[in-house]
Amino acid sequence: MAKGRVEVLEEYCKSCGLCVAACPMKVLRISEKINSKGYRPVEQYKEGCIACKMCAMTCPDAAIEVYKIEDNQ
Amino acid sequence: MARVLMKGTEAIAEAAIQAGCKYFFGYPITPQNEIPEYMSAKLPKIGGAYVQAESEVAAINMVMGGGATGTKIMTSSSSPGISLMSEGLSYIAGCEIPAVIVNVMRAGPGLGGILPAQGDYFQATKGGGNGDYRLLVLAPSTLQEAVDLTQLAFDLAFKYRNPVMILADGFMGQMMEAVEIKEYKGQDYDVVPWALGNMEKRGKRTILKSLYLDPEDLEHHNIKLNEKYKKMQEEEVRYEEFYADDADVLIAAFGTTARIAKSAIVNLRKEGKKVGMVRPITLFPFPYDVIKERASKAKHVLVMEMNMGQMLEDVKLAVGERTSVSFFGHAGGISHSVKEIEEKIREIL
Amino acid sequence: MKETKIYERPKSWKKGVHTHYCPGCGHGITHRILCEVIDELGIQEKTIGIAPVGCAAMMYDYIDVDFCEAAHGRAPALATGLKRTRPDQVVFTYQGDGDLASIGTAEIVHVANRGEKITTIFINNAIYGMTGGQMAPTTLVGQRATTCPEGRDPNLAGYPMRMCELLATLKTPAYIARVSVAQPKYIIEAKKAIKKAFEYQISGKGYSFVEVLSNCPTNWGMQPVKAFEWTVSAMMPYYPLGVFKDFDKEAE
Repeated sequence: MAKGRVEVLEEYCKSCGLCVAACPMKVLRISEKINSKGYRPVEQYKEGCIACKMCAMTCPDAAIEVYKIEDNQ
Repeated sequence: MARVLMKGTEAIAEAAIQAGCKYFFGYPITPQNEIPEYMSAKLPKIGGAYVQAESEVAAINMVMGGGATGTKIMTSSSSPGISLMSEGLSYIAGCEIPAVIVNVMRAGPGLGGILPAQGDYFQATKGGGNGDYRLLVLAPSTLQEAVDLTQLAFDLAFKYRNPVMILADGFMGQMMEAVEIKEYKGQDYDVVPWALGNMEKRGKRTILKSLYLDPEDLEHHNIKLNEKYKKMQEEEVRYEEFYADDADVLIAAFGTTARIAKSAIVNLRKEGKKVGMVRPITLFPFPYDVIKERASKAKHVLVMEMNMGQMLEDVKLAVGERTSVSFFGHAGGISHSVKEIEEKIREIL
Repeated sequence: MKETKIYERPKSWKKGVHTHYCPGCGHGITHRILCEVIDELGIQEKTIGIAPVGCAAMMYDYIDVDFCEAAHGRAPALATGLKRTRPDQVVFTYQGDGDLASIGTAEIVHVANRGEKITTIFINNAIYGMTGGQMAPTTLVGQRATTCPEGRDPNLAGYPMRMCELLATLKTPAYIARVSVAQPKYIIEAKKAIKKAFEYQISGKGYSFVEVLSNCPTNWGMQPVKAFEWTVSAMMPYYPLGVFKDFDKEAE
């Protein structure tokens, strides 16, 4: 299985929750922080991201960037 | 180029083609069907396009899209069809897109009749669509003038980035006269700064819109549009004077009515009657100043139109209380006869 | 440990702007996959979009290509004028239920029937969003809206309109498809359809039309995730996903 990391561009997140529902590994949740627009941005709160990009695919605000993590040989 | 005997509608179409217009979007309506028919035959042969739209509503919006690329485009219709185009004209003016629209007027209101009239003066000059915008309106009186003004219309449309209307009538559209149609280069206007389809050349994209939700932005936009209309009033007023400088009775008429009036004036002058005419060629911008000046020296102003009194209001505005003004009109598709006009003027004098 | 970025904001998504769309609105997803397609096809500098009247009226603020505004329903007519005068450009209209299926029915039928080489993206969310939730031609039977507070009654308002099926009765159009942005598995197919639609235009094959089943959390009165669940459970049975016309398939 691939390993990945989700980076939420917090200022653009509107807390809609679509990515939280879409994530098959359930590593995302709505955080306690508040951005300048008054929304609570999403965060990756635990390990287990498989870099499937479902979250980025469903984000209406292009507020998610996804990284693939590879072990150096 | 030789003079050719042509029907008015076809002459207007050919004039547009000689002015570099290769795209026409229109819909059939009496009495101007020769224009789309002529365009459908000629344009594909010169690498242009004729599109028969599903309605005048669609046609004017195709004009807006075509004009948005900075291309010379045209449509034509008649009174009820122009009503349908009113929405589009407001958008075209608001987005500052150049366009040429020909109205071959017929009698109204509503479905009305198919015979000629001049009942769209208000619609053309005071705006059929919403908001503060004006069309530059050119009113030819002969077929040669229709040809010349159609070609000028493209220049003016690009000079001001505004829709320009040729206000003709069914007489002009359907009659045949010898006309000379030259190739017309006009001015070269650089469209790259504003026209769509030039993102590579410009280095960035552009938007053409009339939507400004911020009220201050929209007021600013309206002021900017209004500056154009003021400039038109300073630079584009056109009219013809016919025996006007010593007239006791001053006629004010446009289009075909003015042409008929000329015959009456010539006859009456032979009798020693001092009759003259100011014929507006631009209905917007209206020649208020020359009418005011000539009216101040005349004993009476007679406004004649094929409607119930539309240009009459602008003439009254120009004349004020200085001179008496009366109106002699016809509606329903009826035109004035030379004899009628002579009798009317003899009554007044 | 090596990190490689495998997803970032599309290049043609305008930098630094916040969209005004409600949280969880399908417009954002559709705009984003549209930007991804524009980037992948390398057509940003020769694309012209025509903005509708509706929630997406200011979509030009979010997508970095040439744009023209259109009056309500008239976008296909503008697209015709644009494409005929500049056939080298990639021209698309983006329209909602009111714009396309109500006031613009004549324009959409005729742009498809003439076969103008343009692309239409039709956002179907079964309601009028921008104006506050009125009934649309696509509102489902029994669905409540502000102008059918008891639910759509087919005796008064007829049945909802299926635009893909309607346009597919025409011989001319080259590609007609219905997709959805309700969930990632549908979004993947939606993007493929939009890309195919643009490819049909670029290759000069003909008119392409993609209907996108979306949502309206605010006017449906549902949280975004629940709203998309309704798209799947209530809209998809009446508006089945699929390809209704495809010149390539017909040629085989």
